[in-house]
Amino acid sequence: MTTTAVPGPSTIDGPENETGPWQGFVTGPWTDGVDVRDFIQRNYTPYTGDASFLAGPTERTTGIWARLSEMFPAERERGVYDIDNTTPGSITSHPAGYIDQDNELVVGLQTDAPLKRAMIPNGGWRMVETSLTTYGFDIPQDIKRIFTEYRKTHNAGVFDVYPPNVRAARSSHIITGLPDAYGRGRIIGDYRRVALYGVDGLIAAKKIERHELDMERSVEDVIRDREENAEQIRALTELKVMAASYGYDISRPAATAREAVQWLYFAYLGAVKEQNGAAMSLGRTSTFLDVYLQRDLEAGRITESEAQELIDDLVIKLRIVRFLRTPEYDALFSGDPTWVTESIGGIGEDGRPLVTKNSFRFLQTLYNLGPAPEPNLTVLWSNRLPAGFKAFCAQVSIDTSAIQYESDELIRGAWGDDSAIACCVSAMRVGKQMQFFGARVNVAKSLLYSINGGRDEVSGKQVAPVTAPVDGDVLDYDDVRARFDSLMDWLAETYVDALNCVHYMHDKYAYERLEMALHDRSILRTMACGIAGLSVVADSLSAIKYATVRPVRDETGLVVDYVTEGDFPTYGNDDDRADDIAVEIVRDFMEKIRAQKTYRSSLHTQSVLTITSNVVYGKSTGNTPDGRRLGEPFAPGANPMNGRDSHGMLASALSVAKLPYSEAMDGISLTSTVVPSGLGRTKDEQVANLVGLLDGYTVSAGFHVNINVLNRDTLEDAMEHPEKYPQLTIRVSGYAVNFVRLTREQQLDVLSRTFHGGL
Amino acid sequence: MNATAAQREADEVGAPVVELGVPLVGGSNHRSTAGTAGLDVSEADRVERFAQMRAGELGSLHSWELVTAVDGPGTRLTTFLSGCPLRCLYCHNPDTMEMRRGEPITADELLGRIRRYRPIFEVTGGGLTISGGEPLMQPAFVARVLRGAKELGIHTAIDTSGYLGAHCTDAMLDDLDLVLLDVKSGDEETYKRVTGRELAPTLDFGCRLAARGTEIWVRFVLVPGLTDDVENVERVAAYVASLSTVTRVEVLPFHQMGRDKWDALGMRYELDETPAPSPELVARVREQFRAQGLTTY
Repeated sequence: MTTTAVPGPSTIDGPENETGPWQGFVTGPWTDGVDVRDFIQRNYTPYTGDASFLAGPTERTTGIWARLSEMFPAERERGVYDIDNTTPGSITSHPAGYIDQDNELVVGLQTDAPLKRAMIPNGGWRMVETSLTTYGFDIPQDIKRIFTEYRKTHNAGVFDVYPPNVRAARSSHIITGLPDAYGRGRIIGDYRRVALYGVDGLIAAKKIERHELDMERSVEDVIRDREENAEQIRALTELKVMAASYGYDISRPAATAREAVQWLYFAYLGAVKEQNGAAMSLGRTSTFLDVYLQRDLEAGRITESEAQELIDDLVIKLRIVRFLRTPEYDALFSGDPTWVTESIGGIGEDGRPLVTKNSFRFLQTLYNLGPAPEPNLTVLWSNRLPAGFKAFCAQVSIDTSAIQYESDELIRGAWGDDSAIACCVSAMRVGKQMQFFGARVNVAKSLLYSINGGRDEVSGKQVAPVTAPVDGDVLDYDDVRARFDSLMDWLAETYVDALNCVHYMHDKYAYERLEMALHDRSILRTMACGIAGLSVVADSLSAIKYATVRPVRDETGLVVDYVTEGDFPTYGNDDDRADDIAVEIVRDFMEKIRAQKTYRSSLHTQSVLTITSNVVYGKSTGNTPDGRRLGEPFAPGANPMNGRDSHGMLASALSVAKLPYSEAMDGISLTSTVVPSGLGRTKDEQVANLVGLLDGYTVSAGFHVNINVLNRDTLEDAMEHPEKYPQLTIRVSGYAVNFVRLTREQQLDVLSRTFHGGL
Repeated sequence: MNATAAQREADEVGAPVVELGVPLVGGSNHRSTAGTAGLDVSEADRVERFAQMRAGELGSLHSWELVTAVDGPGTRLTTFLSGCPLRCLYCHNPDTMEMRRGEPITADELLGRIRRYRPIFEVTGGGLTISGGEPLMQPAFVARVLRGAKELGIHTAIDTSGYLGAHCTDAMLDDLDLVLLDVKSGDEETYKRVTGRELAPTLDFGCRLAARGTEIWVRFVLVPGLTDDVENVERVAAYVASLSTVTRVEVLPFHQMGRDKWDALGMRYELDETPAPSPELVARVREQFRAQGLTTY
C-alpha cells in the first residue's frame, strides 16, 4: 500500500519527538508520511496479563450515564427523544452541545443536545419527511424545497437511472435492502490520523495528493478524484471549525491521552454529523489510544482510574450516536442500530499480540456502564491470543452477551493486521480500503423462481426472464440445479447493475468527504454483494436430492407448495452431504458476481449475513421444499435453520465454518445462543469452556460468531416486562441490540432460535 | 428374577425387566432429534453384521453430539450407543434402550469422525465419551473404539451404570481416562425399583475402578418420591466417599423432557405425575454429598 507523504510536526517544527506532541514516541516511516500502523507497531506495549488491573466507574462516570439513562425510557416509548427539524446536519451545522458540560471529559454531540436527531437529507428527502411525519414533527417547507427543487439527492439520482429489470427485482424483494434511499455507510475513516497528525498535517498531505492529480490529464476519473480531493480538504477545514466551537484547536497533533481521545472522537463525530450511514463504524482504535494512555501513565500524568474514565466517557458518547430513520427501516435493521463497531485484539504480523491494557478497558465499559449494544465491540480472536485476555473476553460474554468474535487469523491473512470490521462482519484495512455496501439478494426466493420459470411464487408475476417451468410430479435434482444455475446468472447481472447505479449516485450526491479525507489517495474499493436464505436453499436442494419432493401447483400452474417425503440431511450437523451443497451455492454465486463489471472497478466480494432482516425476507418468500412455510423467517446470516441443527452448537458452527472465506470475503455470520449452565458448573469452568469453543471454531476456519449466554426465561420475562430490562443486550447476526427495542415479531424469532442447553 | 419382575409389572410399579438376549441388530426408526448425520451406515447384510458385531467392527449407534460441559471435561464427541440392560423409570432417552433402534456403524467410520475432531479436543481439553444406552452392552465395539482413540492421543470416557462392569476388560480400562458412573440408588430395593436390576454389580465396578486408579465422576439422578429418601442418598454418598478416585459428583435433578419419547415409542411411562425436585431438595441432597467431602454440583 502506498503511504502519502505528510509534512508532520517533525518536519514542520523540528524534531518534536523530543519535546512536542510526539515526545517519547519511537520514530519511523510514520513520521514522514501518514502511516498509523507503523506508529502502532513501533510504539505499543503488548499486555499479556489478566483483568485484575482494571478500575471501576468513578462517581463522575456513573453520574453522566445516569443522566442519559433517565432520557432513554422516553426515547424508547416515542421512538425518538427529539428531532431538530430546522437545521440539516453537517460537520458545522450545530453549536456545541453537552450532556453535563462541567463533568464531561470528552465533548461533542451530533446536535446541540443529547439524543436530539438531525435531518441528513443528502441520502434522500423522503426518508427525512416520512420520519418527521411518523414522529409528529412539522415538515420544514423551505428545507423541503431545497432538497426537492434545487438540490438533487442520492435517492433521486438512483431512481433516474435504475433499469426496469432492477426495479422489478427490487419490488418483488428478490434484491432487498439496497442503500438507495439512505446512506450506504460501512466506510471507516481512519479517525486515529487526526489525533496522530493533527488536521493541518492531514490537509498538507491531501494537498500533495492534489498536486499529483493536477499533473495528470483531465479525464473523467481524474476530474472526479480532484473534486473529491477538494471536498475532503473542505471537510477537514470544517472539522477544525467544529472542534474550535468546543474550545479545541485540533490543527496540531494530540499531545496527551485525553487529547488523543478527544481528537479521535471529534473526527468520528464529524462523520456522524454529516452522514446517516447504515453502519458508521469506529475502526480499530483501542491499541492506538493505548500508546497515549501508556505514555501518560508511565509519566505519572494519569492514574489507571483516570485512563478508564476517558474510555468510559468516549464510550458514553459512542452509545448515544443517533440517526433519523423510519420505522420501516427499523423493521429491516431492528433496534435502531448504528454499528459503531470497534475491533479489539488480534495478533500482529510479527506474532506479537495487539492486545493492550486498553483492549481490556473497552470491554470493561460493559461493566462500568452496564451492557449495551453500541459500540459494537468486536474481538478479533485467535487461539494465539494471551490467556488472560481470552478469559476476560469469555467472562464478559457470559456476563453481558455483548461481544462478537471474528477470526483474526482469516482477517489478518486477507487484509493485514491493521484491519477493522465495518458494520458486522466486513473486514477492511483502515484508511486504505472502503466498500460499496450492497445489501443482499434472496437466494431462497431465487430457487423458487427457477422452479416457476421466473415467476414470483407469491404474486405470480413474471420477474426473471421467462423459462419453461418445471414439469412432472417429482423434482429432479439435476434439473432443478441447472435451472437454479441459470437463474443465478440473471440475478448476479441484475444485482450488480443495481449496485453500480446506487454507488455512482452515492458518490455523486452523498459523498463521504470527511471519512474519505481520512483515507489514502489510492484505496481498494470492494463491491460488497451478499446472499440471504443460504440454509433454506441448502436444505431444499438436499431434500430434492435425498428425499422425494413433489411440487403442488395452483390453478395457474404456479408451484406454490411442496410435499416432501423421506429423510434428508440438513445443513448444520457437520454432515458433508448437506454442507457441501451450501458451500457450492456460495462458490457458484460468487463466480457469477465476479463475471460482472463493477463501478470504479471495485473488487467483487460477498457476505452471508442478514442482520435481522431474515424475518422480513422470510415474510416475502413462499413455501420451500425443505418444509419451511410461507412467511416463516429464514435463519439469520449463515446459520442453519432453527431446530434442524441437532448435534450440538459446535457441530452447527463447524458446518458454517466450511463456507470458504475466500468466496465470501465480506464475511460469514453465525449467531449462537447458549444457556449459562450449558457452559459449565462453575464460572471458571464456563469461562474455560467458552474459550475452548472459540478456539475450536477458529482453528476450524470459522469466521464470525455472536455469542449469547442467556436463559430463555429471561427473554420471556423481558417481553412481558420491558421496563425491567432497559439494558438487556443480545447479539443478532453481526451486531447487538437492546432486546426490548425489537419488534414483537423479532423477539419471537429470537426465542424460536435454537437454544443450546448443553453445548 | 423374571418371576419377581412379572409380579412387579402386575403391581404396575417398578421397572420392567428385559432379557439381555435382545436382538442385536435390526431396522432403525427415524428420529427427529440428533441422529447419525455424517456417518455412513454400514451396508453389510444380516449374517455379516452379526459376525462384525461380535468382532467389535460394527456397533449399533443411536446418535452423536458435540457437547461441552457435560459428559466429561472440555468439548466432547459424545456417542450414544443403542441398547441398555436397565429400564430406568426416569430414563430420558428410552429410544436408546433397544439395540435394534440404532444404526449399524463401523468402528472405522466412527474413528474417522473422532479423528476429524482431534483439533477441537486439543484446544478445548475435551475428548471422546461413549454413552448410551449402555456402552458395555457392546464391549468389543467399545474396546476397539477406545483403542483407536487412544492411538490418536485422545482423552476417553464412558458413561455407564456399571451394571455390566464385568464386561469391561482390564485392557479397556487401560484405554479409559475417565468413567462417568451412574449410581442410581444406595439401597438394593430402590435400585431394583428404579432400574429393574441389582445394585451389586455397580458397587463392585466402582471399587474395581478405584483400586485401579481410574478417575470417576459419579452421577446421581434425583427423583422426588423415588430416589430422594435421606437414607438412600446417605448410602450413595457413603459409598462414593469410599472410592478414592472420585473427583466430582453431579446431582442431576429429574426433568420431564423425556416424557414425549416414551409416548412416541408406545411405552408405559410411570413418572407422569412426578414433579422436578425443588431447589431446596436439590440443595439438601448436594449437601449430603458435600458432607462426605465430595466436590458436588
